[in-house]
Amino acid sequence: MTWQSFLLALLGFGLLGPVVGCLLAGIDRKLTARLQNRVGPPLLQPYYDVRKLLAKDQVQVNRYQGFYVALALGFAIAAGVLFFAGGNFLLVAFIVTLSSLFFIVAAYSTRSPYAELGAEREIVQVMSYEPMVLLACVAFFIGSGSFNTIQVLTLDKPLVATLPLVFIGLVFILTIKLRKSPFDLSYSHHAHQELVKGISTEMSGRTLAMVEIMHWYETVLFLGWVALFLAWGSWLGAVVAVVGVLLVYFLEVLIDNTYARVKWQLMLKASWIVTFVCVLLNLFAYEWLSRLVSSLVTG
Amino acid sequence: MSSTIKSPWLIHYDASSCNGCDIEVLACLTPMYDVERFGIINTGNPKHADIFLVTGSVNERNISVVRQIYEQMLEPKVVIACGICACSGGIFKECYNTLGGVDVAIPVDVYAPGCAVRPEAIIDAVVCGLGVLEEKRAALAAGELPPAELPELPTAADKQLDGVSVRDAAAAELHAEIRDE
Ligand code: SF4
Repeated sequence: MTWQSFLLALLGFGLLGPVVGCLLAGIDRKLTARLQNRVGPPLLQPYYDVRKLLAKDQVQVNRYQGFYVALALGFAIAAGVLFFAGGNFLLVAFIVTLSSLFFIVAAYSTRSPYAELGAEREIVQVMSYEPMVLLACVAFFIGSGSFNTIQVLTLDKPLVATLPLVFIGLVFILTIKLRKSPFDLSYSHHAHQELVKGISTEMSGRTLAMVEIMHWYETVLFLGWVALFLAWGSWLGAVVAVVGVLLVYFLEVLIDNTYARVKWQLMLKASWIVTFVCVLLNLFAYEWLSRLVSSLVTG
Repeated sequence: MSSTIKSPWLIHYDASSCNGCDIEVLACLTPMYDVERFGIINTGNPKHADIFLVTGSVNERNISVVRQIYEQMLEPKVVIACGICACSGGIFKECYNTLGGVDVAIPVDVYAPGCAVRPEAIIDAVVCGLGVLEEKRAALAAGELPPAELPELPTAADKQLDGVSVRDAAAAELHAEIRDE
């Protein structure tokens, strides 16, 4: 990672990230409405929401919550910049986790029973997806020979060709990361009345606006992870990655609208089973195949 | 036009409605009326909401709840009384525990009458409330929004029936009984 690529990612992700994320969120709400046979809000509705939140009266339940949320937002941006600058994938995963931890601490700091329940559920969500995220990093290393995401440009075929099951596992936990049904336990735009408003119950005004912006950044970052497994070092690879990412996003919206929320036990079990079955099967098969190929070549 | 009126988030509270009006409020969210067209979301959290929809009359038990939800909402905020019960007490007005419409507890900005209030009337009231919301936002931005004037909370004993309060009527009755003995 050179400083030029770092600067480029800082500007690109820092400025374009929320724009793309906001548009994706708008598309999500529009698609959801169309799937429910409604007209739906305008495409820029998420932007209006954030503008409105910024114009609200600024009242904080305590002095810390806004600070923790700002840290969560900061680390989410840092992770994205590192990722798109071609930095270390493993480090990106850790920084993102740090970001979610600060978000959880922000909810806990209010001592509100509803926010605490949301925070507890968020912890279960982190526990559910974290193994897969780390194993995806490992799989990326095995497939590409480096933890640096820039390595993807040196590949001559996409990682999904050799690691299809890992890719499926990643898309599976993406539902949790993007807070979509059936795994939207801690916070969701659609479960209207449940537990007041989950983890964001005590957040309002500017703090809530930061949470929304953080979600925009996160959506772009997580879709970047999906793109990492679809791209390879050519222009065609970039096109395939963009189209693939949009298809995956559509799939997520579709799942969001066709499944009811599950209990946390099922979420934890399902995501761990999918993670370990997919990753272990795939990595063993990969090892075995590459041994076979090399023995055939040398042999 | 500011973003405030493009994204009004609602909180709906059922004071002591017969549920007729509540169902009409929920009907607004269905594909038939689809209030999300206007950016309206039913949040269920006073801290996120801009518009407070109240259905049903206010009584002795829930007057403090109505007041608390209102106080938890951040400015700029608007209150809409949905249905004739929420406007004035409606057919429950004379009940021993009913204190009246929502305005006995909190300042109301828009009254939407009807029994039950039609979804069209609710949407109309919300759109009307948006004008008030925008005024309040501008006042808040200029730092001129006066704090809301909250009425003193009445109790059922102070309720006026036929020109006398329930408490006075009961006392008079008791006196009459003692005198007769
Ligand atoms: S106005 Fe009519 S429908 Fe609405 S709560 Fe009162 S009685 Fe029920």
